[in-house]
Amino acid sequence: MEQLLSWISVHQEILYIVILMIFVGIEVIGRVPSVLHTPLMSGANAIHGVVIIGAIIVMGKAASSNYLALILGFIAVIVGTLNVVGGFVVTDRMLEMFSKKKK
Amino acid sequence: MELNLLTFLYLVASVTFIVGLKMLSHPASARNGNRVAAIGMTLAILGTIFLYEEEGARLGNYGWIFGGILIGTVVGTLAAKRVKMTAMPEMVSLFNGMGGACAALISLVEFDHLAHLDPMMAGVLLMGGAANAVKGFLLIIVLGLIIGSVSFAGSIIAWGKLNGSIKDFSFKGQHIFNILLLAVIVALAAYLIVFLPANAVFIFYTIFFLSLLYGVFFVFPIGGADMPVVISLLNSFTGVAAACGGFLYDNKVMLTGGILVGAAGTLLTILMCKAMNRSLTNVLIGSFGGGSSSAVAAAGGAVGSHKEISLSDTAVLMSYASKVYIVPGYGLAVAQAQHACHELEKLLESKGVDVKYAIHPVAGRMPGHMNVLLAEADVPYEKLLEMEQANDEFSTTDVVLILGANDVVNPAAKSDPASPIYGMPILDVELAKHVIVNKRSMKPGYAGIENELFFRPKTSMLFGDAKKVLQELVAEIKNL
Repeated sequence: MEQLLSWISVHQEILYIVILMIFVGIEVIGRVPSVLHTPLMSGANAIHGVVIIGAIIVMGKAASSNYLALILGFIAVIVGTLNVVGGFVVTDRMLEMFSKKKK
Repeated sequence: MELNLLTFLYLVASVTFIVGLKMLSHPASARNGNRVAAIGMTLAILGTIFLYEEEGARLGNYGWIFGGILIGTVVGTLAAKRVKMTAMPEMVSLFNGMGGACAALISLVEFDHLAHLDPMMAGVLLMGGAANAVKGFLLIIVLGLIIGSVSFAGSIIAWGKLNGSIKDFSFKGQHIFNILLLAVIVALAAYLIVFLPANAVFIFYTIFFLSLLYGVFFVFPIGGADMPVVISLLNSFTGVAAACGGFLYDNKVMLTGGILVGAAGTLLTILMCKAMNRSLTNVLIGSFGGGSSSAVAAAGGAVGSHKEISLSDTAVLMSYASKVYIVPGYGLAVAQAQHACHELEKLLESKGVDVKYAIHPVAGRMPGHMNVLLAEADVPYEKLLEMEQANDEFSTTDVVLILGANDVVNPAAKSDPASPIYGMPILDVELAKHVIVNKRSMKPGYAGIENELFFRPKTSMLFGDAKKVLQELVAEIKNL
């Protein structure tokens, strides 16, 4: 119990972010018209591409003799970039059609 | 100074994610919202590459990093630019899987680092104090591994299912098998973290393998009708996996982005389930088409005779109507008939017919699928009505033309408690004077159940590929 409490107090900053973000995520999406569900899902898909940052960190601090870390890190950077770039481009293509007929 | 700048960039990026997501939920600002988030992402990535420090050391291996980013950018852009509008959902699933794989790979490398510190780790453990820190670190690594792997494997299966290369597959007792598999994964993870056994590496890779397996079996039995729900769920899984990375590196932008998507994705998943009036557990444990053979048999009893309508009769009926509603479904997407459909709509409008589209929230393979498809054909946004609005209008409608939609207009959802789709809100097309259904054959739709609507007296069937039929219909109306 005491361990748990001390863990909470050590990580309180992160825990606050987690809790607040859960509410922000729900609030932001709450009133979306179903028309935009697919682009929204696709946009959210691109945003969780932030994992790429983890991949860059892994790659960047891998020792040059550690081939396992180098290879896995390299693949991680590639797939992470795929997620980010592909995600944003696909979303943009979907939304391009929405704006085109606006005029 | 530089680290402070990085912190600032991360803060900016986090805000762009929230603002971007917010803008994405309004039609007018959606496109800019996507760009705002993309700019934030670029800042965060560049900032990490050039400014990140750990214990005073900068990142190295720039060649590898830029090489990876270059490959990913080129492949990602090409794939995203080339994909057909109809294949958009599976593309999203595939990219989502890539994110999951990225999270799992990070965990693999970080565990490898940890495992090489093993003797020291054991020493630290005996001290007691720091043990919790190591265990907490390990917990996050394992969590990221499990969620990332499940998301990756599941997304790949969902991708294969949507493009038709993987068929539905289920065996007796699969649900129990899945639950057991998950229980084994959790138990192994708990064992690994609590006891830090000598064969930790072996257990870790076993967890990795079993998680991949679970991802496969998790999506395998779920029918195509539920695929949007599954992709949305896997999307939020990847969000949580990304957030694990945020914990691992105490990185606020990963945490913000990950949790944001995790929460928003979960809500979106629930909204989709609600639209189909099914609980999430039901979607996950119960397979749609597979396990409902009894319901198919029950609904099969309703089979009667249907009547067909000729193209010229349809043309006359539609051009002399005052109000026509078009109900698009997956058949329209498969036939790539959106342009032909828009042509028909313009032609009828020029004859003074009021033409609108009734969009069911789960028509097609993803929510909004039909909207995106019709938007591609330049159908004005105002012409697309959502289910509630359309249902108010049907009683004053002369002709409803159903193009390749089936389950979303099945009256069994209202009348037959034994039907697997019972309770799902549907488009009340029967309120209209005439219902014309375009399908390729009398085969049941995705849920695998018969549709009584086709045998109702008001309903006429117009068989054929949606695109071909629409083109012929346009020609026929022009000749009138």
